[in-house]
Amino acid sequence: MVNPQMVMYEEEFNQIQNVVDRLVKDANAKVVFIVDKNGQLIAASGDVDNLDTTSLASLTAGNIAATGGMAKLLKENEFATQFHEGEKANIHIQLVGNRVILVVIFDSKSSLGLVRLRVRRASEELNNIFEALLKKVADPGAESPLGEITDEDIDNLFND
Amino acid sequence: MSFINYMAREINCKIVYYGPGLCGKTTNLQYIYERTNPDAKGKMISLATETDRTLFFDFLPLALGEIRGFKTRFHLYTVPGQVFYDASRKLILKGVDGVVFVADSQVERMEANEESVENLKTNLEDQGYKLEKIPFVMQYNKRDLPEVATVEELRACLNPLNVPDFEGVARTGIGVFDTLKAVAKLVLTELRKGGP
Repeated sequence: MVNPQMVMYEEEFNQIQNVVDRLVKDANAKVVFIVDKNGQLIAASGDVDNLDTTSLASLTAGNIAATGGMAKLLKENEFATQFHEGEKANIHIQLVGNRVILVVIFDSKSSLGLVRLRVRRASEELNNIFEALLKKVADPGAESPLGEITDEDIDNLFND
Repeated sequence: MSFINYMAREINCKIVYYGPGLCGKTTNLQYIYERTNPDAKGKMISLATETDRTLFFDFLPLALGEIRGFKTRFHLYTVPGQVFYDASRKLILKGVDGVVFVADSQVERMEANEESVENLKTNLEDQGYKLEKIPFVMQYNKRDLPEVATVEELRACLNPLNVPDFEGVARTGIGVFDTLKAVAKLVLTELRKGGP
C-alpha cells in the first residue's frame, strides 16, 4: 500500500474540530479549515456558509503540491508556510506534519503576526492528533467499513 | 488515496483523467458537469491558459449516492496534456484512486497516445503505484471524426492490460458516463478489498 488510507473517526474528528474552532477565535480569523494533501476537506470552522470550501480545499492542495514541486527543484524539503495578501482577505497556509494543510482566512480585524503565533500552537496540537489517528488506522485490527459492501450495493449506485 | 470519514459518513475518492493534449479530458468533465443534477455536483474549476488549454488541472466534485449509509463522493481531476507540463501531471497523480485514459482516436495522434500512456506509467511509478494494480479504464474518444484508427488498432496499441474500454464522443457525451461509471465501480470494488 503506497499511502495508508485516510480514515476519520468521531473521537479524533471532535478533537480536530475543537482545535479549529478555537483557532478561529484566538486568531480573530474569518474561516479556518483543514485539508489533506489530496484536497479532501477534513474540518472547517468560522464563516463557512458563503464559502465554497470544496473548491478551496482542492485549490489549496494544488497550491501546496505546486510549491512542494518548486521546493524539490531547489533541494528544499518543503515550503511549509505560504501567505497570500489581498485587499480585504488574506490567506495563511501551513503544512502540518507534512500530511495535512491548515488554512486560515482573515481580514483587517487580525494580523499576520497573530495568525502565525496561533497557527504555530494549533499545528503542534494537530500534529499530535494526526499521529495518533495514523497509528489507529495502521492497526491491522481496525475494522474496514467497506468490507461488507456487495456488488449489488455498487451496482445500485449507478441505477439511473 | 481515498478518505473515509466516519463522522460525516462519507467516502471520498480521487479519479484522474489522463491523456495527450487536446484528447478531450476537459470536455469529458464539462459534459459530466452539464448533465449532473445541481444537488450532486460542486463548482467545476478549470485552471487554464488564456487559450483555454489546461494549465494545471480541472476539478469537479461529484456525489454519486449512498452505499450502506456512506455518501460516496468522487473528485474528478484532469491533467494538462501538453508534453511540457509533466511536472504538474506528476503532482496531480498524488493520492489517485482511479485513472481514466482518454485516447484521441485520430490516426495522426496515435504516437501522442502511446507517449502519454508511457508517461502515465512512469509518473505513477514515481509515486509508487503500478498501472496494472490500480483501477484503470480507457476511452477511445473522437469516434465521430474522419481518419480514425479502428478500435482493434487502438486496443492493440494502447490497452495491452485489457482494461475496460469505451468508444466516446465527449463533445456530445457518447461514452462519457459509461467511462465514469466503469472507473467508479472499479474504485469502490478496490476499496472493498482494503486497497489501494
